[in-house]
Amino acid sequence: MRYRYTAEDEAFREEVRRFIQENLDPELKRKVELGLRLDRADYVKWYNRLYERGWATPNWPKEYGGPGWTHLQRHIFDEECQLAGAPRIIPSGINMLGPVLMAFGTPAQKERYLPAIQRSEIWWGQGFSEPESGSDLASLRTTAVRDGDHYIVNGHKIWTSYAHFCEMLFCLVRTDPNAAKPQEGISFLLIDAKSPGVTIRPIRMLDGGVDLNEVFLDNVRVPVENLVGEENKGWSYGKYLLGHERTGIAGIGSCKQQLARARKLAATQRAGDSTLLGDPAIRMRLAELEAELLALECMGLRILSENQDLHTPGVEASILKVAGTELRQRIYELLLDIAGPQALPFSEEAVQTGLDPALPVEELYAAVAANTLDVRKVSIYGGTNEIQRNLIARAVLA
Amino acid sequence: MDFSLDQEQLALRDAVRRYCEGTYPAHERGNPEGPELAATRWRGLADMGLLGLPLPAELGGSALGTTEIMLVSQELGRSLGGMGFVPAVVMAGQLLAEAASPDISGAWLPRLAEGHARLSVALSMPEARGDFTRPAVRAERRASGYVLSGHKAFVLEAERPDLVVLAARTGAADGDPDGLTMFAVNTALAGVRLVPYRTLDGRECAQLHLDTVQVDTSALIGNPGEACGLMRLTADRGIAAWAAEAVGAIEALIDLTAEHLKTRRQFGAPLARFQALQHRVADMLMRLEMARSLACAAAVAVAEAPDSERRRFIDSAKGYIGKAGREVGNAAIQLHGGMGMTEECRVGHYVKRLMVLDQLFGNATDHIERLAARIAAG
Repeated sequence: MRYRYTAEDEAFREEVRRFIQENLDPELKRKVELGLRLDRADYVKWYNRLYERGWATPNWPKEYGGPGWTHLQRHIFDEECQLAGAPRIIPSGINMLGPVLMAFGTPAQKERYLPAIQRSEIWWGQGFSEPESGSDLASLRTTAVRDGDHYIVNGHKIWTSYAHFCEMLFCLVRTDPNAAKPQEGISFLLIDAKSPGVTIRPIRMLDGGVDLNEVFLDNVRVPVENLVGEENKGWSYGKYLLGHERTGIAGIGSCKQQLARARKLAATQRAGDSTLLGDPAIRMRLAELEAELLALECMGLRILSENQDLHTPGVEASILKVAGTELRQRIYELLLDIAGPQALPFSEEAVQTGLDPALPVEELYAAVAANTLDVRKVSIYGGTNEIQRNLIARAVLA
Repeated sequence: MDFSLDQEQLALRDAVRRYCEGTYPAHERGNPEGPELAATRWRGLADMGLLGLPLPAELGGSALGTTEIMLVSQELGRSLGGMGFVPAVVMAGQLLAEAASPDISGAWLPRLAEGHARLSVALSMPEARGDFTRPAVRAERRASGYVLSGHKAFVLEAERPDLVVLAARTGAADGDPDGLTMFAVNTALAGVRLVPYRTLDGRECAQLHLDTVQVDTSALIGNPGEACGLMRLTADRGIAAWAAEAVGAIEALIDLTAEHLKTRRQFGAPLARFQALQHRVADMLMRLEMARSLACAAAVAVAEAPDSERRRFIDSAKGYIGKAGREVGNAAIQLHGGMGMTEECRVGHYVKRLMVLDQLFGNATDHIERLAARIAAG
């Protein structure tokens, strides 16, 4: 075990830090640090800079155009991005579909889609959940029926992030309704979001955001070359994808960013003759969350280290997901309490830009309430935390 | 940080695990050890090479580091074994090797490594909660050395140690980090009185009374009046090892609980089938892995981090693991039902050990408060 990073790792960190300093637009940084809403153009602006540097897909191996970083280098990169207020990597293409295509895609699919993901030319939406299939995903009912060189797809997907600015969707669809087990008749299809019969309807959420969508598929014709892997094996590809997603959605970097934000707000917010940092209750909550965050961060690093004692190998991603998402929610609750009544004035304008002259509060507080509401989603998506707990428990009780 | 373990470290861990399985039978774990059994097991630890683990080779040790101490402590924690290891080896042994006079280290450390001497530390008073600036012992300078008078309430994990490491005030007032001096006190000296008692985990402990005890200058550890940093480092090493010991105990509690849930049947099914119970087990496992991660971090920080960073890791580890230990302990009793409340069931013995570990050198809340004070100071 080592406390210090090696000289190479430190040099790498310096390189990343310098790159971000030189390339991250200050207005974008401001939006990220204030928790304001970003649109596609904001993300693309940053991703293009990363692409020019060869860093657009940090977790991809060299053979697919990734930087081929070690686990530790990826950790350093994420950490520096988050500390500097860079936009997060939207996972659907880069962290979710990318690895699936690398493992199971045809040469033509790899050639066509992987470079387009890297260049942010094609954005992907995930079509897994359905109105009647949430945690019980295998019960999904969207069908794909073979018709010559095409599948005819009919169904209804929901909770598709960013579908309103996606070019493509990756979907789990039922290709064999008579399979012995519900998991066995499912296939993994790539669907052009502009195909006739695809209707996308944004869903307005608690925080006023519209990043999530319903997707209606009505006799959509999908070429058979858009099937990933084998027909009826889609369930295992979906599981592979979610395994990649879960480690990322622990959100360690986001926790760090938001706890630093809470500290800064507490130091700014007056309370009597002092600031809220002088309030023992607030300070204790900050300290407790910092200790837990350090535990989470070390857990993340430990998983990347060799020869670890893990009591239940195989469920570390689930452990990280539950611990990380619940910690993040508690950090936002603290942020809300620190903001106090300043979190009450609310307008769409303020959440978008931080500025609304009609509101009696500074930009620091503009998005605190919206962010606190939005983060309730993290214990629901990517397999609810209850499902994760089932998996974790099964590892010792089965 | 990199937490990778190498093959030799894994081999050491496995050897200690096998040793503990043989030495501490599962159904006896946590039972108080009588003097004979305690002495036999002490020699057993010496035969395993554990009592010299971090000591320099020329003093009979193996010169291994905090990673090895962590792995050993974890195994001892799993079996509720190794009474005396942390105070004698991790705290007193390392301190003497680095900062005691050659007279003291040369005389005592080889005997410690061979299992022929019991060492202990007396750093903390009941009301001190990890504040080491109120030692309750005064030392006055005399021509030939020092005269010590006062009282220590916790001589840890040894009833009749041969040598006790302690701090005394040689100047300034209580609360001041200056004016503290450390000594290695031979308990055979005139004026030393030990009053043995047991802590709630059944382990040996003693009160130490010093009545004008004369020691010569060779008993000094480090520079007179400047012991605060040494004491802090010694305590932090102890805290890091205890953190690992607590992780071992938490792991054992999870194993016991899982076994119980798989075998005990109610409503025609094993308890393991009930989701309310499954989710409590999942929370216990999450606590375990997070705690283990911080125990690893504390171990590397004690070895390598600069002082202020070391304090952050130690406070976080003690704060998090104290709370995790309590939660896992409470859940383990609950999931065992009435049997979990009995003396026969081993769960309660692990819970008691975790209680002791939490309260030593400042409990979870004390350490979180220290983190909080540093946050407020910026």
